[in-house]
Amino acid sequence: MKKLLEKLVASIFTVSGLLTSIVILLIVGFLFSEGAGLFRNRIIDPGYVLAVNKSNPVRELSPEQIKAIFDSDLVDWAEVGGDSGPIVPFRLEDADRYFSEAQLGPNYEHAGRLIAELIERTPGIVAFVPGQMLPPDAEIAFIEDRTISFSEIFAGKEWFPTATPSPLFGIVPLVTGTLWVSFFAILFAFPFGIGVSVYLSEIASERTRQLLRPVIELLNGIPSVVYGFFGLVVIVPLLQRVFGLPVGESGLAGSIVLAIMALPTIIAVAEDAMHNCPRAMREASLALGATQWQTIYRVVIPYSISGIASGVVLGIGRAVGETMAVLMVTGNAAVIPTSILEPLRTIPATIAAELGEAPAGGAHYESLFLLGIVLFFITLAINLGVEAISSKSRS
Amino acid sequence: MEHFIPYPARQGFRKRWSQRAAFLLFRLFSLVVAATLVIILGFIVWKGAGAISWEFLTEAPSNGMTSGGIFPALVGTLLLMLGSALVAFPLGIMSGIYMNEYATRGWLVRFIRIMTNNLAGIPSIVFGLFGMALFVQYLGFGDSILAGSLTLGLLSLPLVIRTTEEALKDIPDAYREGSLALGASKLQTIRKVILPMGMPRIVTGLILSLGRVSGETAPILFTCAAYFFPQLPSSIFDPCMALPYHLYVISTSGTDLEAQQPLAYGTALVLVAIILLVNLLANALRRYFQHKVKMK
Repeated sequence: MKKLLEKLVASIFTVSGLLTSIVILLIVGFLFSEGAGLFRNRIIDPGYVLAVNKSNPVRELSPEQIKAIFDSDLVDWAEVGGDSGPIVPFRLEDADRYFSEAQLGPNYEHAGRLIAELIERTPGIVAFVPGQMLPPDAEIAFIEDRTISFSEIFAGKEWFPTATPSPLFGIVPLVTGTLWVSFFAILFAFPFGIGVSVYLSEIASERTRQLLRPVIELLNGIPSVVYGFFGLVVIVPLLQRVFGLPVGESGLAGSIVLAIMALPTIIAVAEDAMHNCPRAMREASLALGATQWQTIYRVVIPYSISGIASGVVLGIGRAVGETMAVLMVTGNAAVIPTSILEPLRTIPATIAAELGEAPAGGAHYESLFLLGIVLFFITLAINLGVEAISSKSRS
Repeated sequence: MEHFIPYPARQGFRKRWSQRAAFLLFRLFSLVVAATLVIILGFIVWKGAGAISWEFLTEAPSNGMTSGGIFPALVGTLLLMLGSALVAFPLGIMSGIYMNEYATRGWLVRFIRIMTNNLAGIPSIVFGLFGMALFVQYLGFGDSILAGSLTLGLLSLPLVIRTTEEALKDIPDAYREGSLALGASKLQTIRKVILPMGMPRIVTGLILSLGRVSGETAPILFTCAAYFFPQLPSSIFDPCMALPYHLYVISTSGTDLEAQQPLAYGTALVLVAIILLVNLLANALRRYFQHKVKMK
């Protein structure tokens, strides 16, 4: 009986030991099952077609071209491989401009036939209308609809998930935004992180250490939304004034806040590594006549370099995944950043800002899960990198 | 005149000054970092203190969140802390015990440890996505305290595991062997010897993990947090307001940002106060237990 209980408890402990692995598997599974659906979506909104005149040779358009056409950024068919001539974009809402209410009839009864005729007689038209609306015998051609391709997402330079007729899910601006803001954050945090950890581990007296440690712990404990709030009411207006920016919400504001948030991680890991440098090595260096500073940068830092690297990489991980603070201070413009003083948008901020408005199961919803997958793998790579660094130093 | 100074002395001079300069720089950096904390905390306390009153803590927001208090958000945050603790503490402690007491060295332990570290590194927003997909949609809990607690619980799991593991690792093997030699079973050893000895440090870690949960926003955005839900939740299937989300909402959107500003400062202050309290408590406990162990 007692033996049985022991066995039972042991197996329960074993299962709970595997729990984190199970959770990670579940996370991967659910993110993929929701996110992979994006590749099954078609480039044109479901239920709709893009109809063109029979004489128009163009049958294929990329989502980016479709968006440009309907934004009137693309105005000539020659630009998309057709015969030169003006592009006339047509949406269902435009029907009122072309036809009178009497012509359209009650409930838009005649709209389908009228639009079909319009397409038949306008060579440059491209009409975005529900497929069922057009009469089947109309002499018109259609732009080919296909599923969203891999490269349109991973190499796409525009993120307009709610655009019609063709939403754009290019994640390049979000990925570059994330890396850009994290890069600057680490750039700011690195000297401070190393400086403070050297100070804590090598220079400070026990009393200063007792004072400084809780400070670092508290910096780590402050919620990201409080950092975001502080950034919003202090750093953003300050930057706006100092740099004379039109808006203070910028990559720089995000980087500063992220630098403060990444500091405790860097300090904790780097200090720990320096602290573990054997006393004998320090004493040998000092005995050879080296000063304390020479000992630090010739002996302690080289000895603990892998720990320092782990700390910095973990700091990058923290910066890449940070959501709320970045969401609140970076201005969230989904453009590929060219300057740190411009607003930009990161992957986590995009998910947080848009998931609430994306209907469950739709392409937009799935695209946000895909972003989650990308984020997951970025941080996974970072963690495995840290693992590799620290296991290398152990051996 | 320069060549009159003997070479070693000149080098000594340079050595001394480079050390002084470097140390001064490091001291300065540390001062800046400490000052950053003081500025952030000081600013929030200074601006937020005016908003804090008994009414602020005990009333629901009113007038489109431009007046009133934060009571429902405060209660919601406490409920979420409790709920996540119920999820993470038992599971995390068991997992930590397994890692330290049962698992023999080998690839499995290494694998589990890597997985735990990976889980700790996953951004909180990914937990939010996962919680939404699994708890809210797939299991059909809807936006609820239950879904939020489960998500937050999983988020704090690695922290609890690591805390437990580290606390148990420091207990000398002699105690385990002594207990086993007296005829106690493994389970008895864990219950009567290992856990009581590790408890102080485990508890300290648990309190700190509660502090972390109280400030998390991203995981509850889509699993639990309500924009405005002034009545108190009546069951675990109700959504609730939460302090961090409330702060986000009233500082970035709303009808009258100007009027919301003092409320936002007040909310930030309450959040910071919770974190301060948690950290002080953990530090005090740490010191108390250290003292006690020394006495023994």
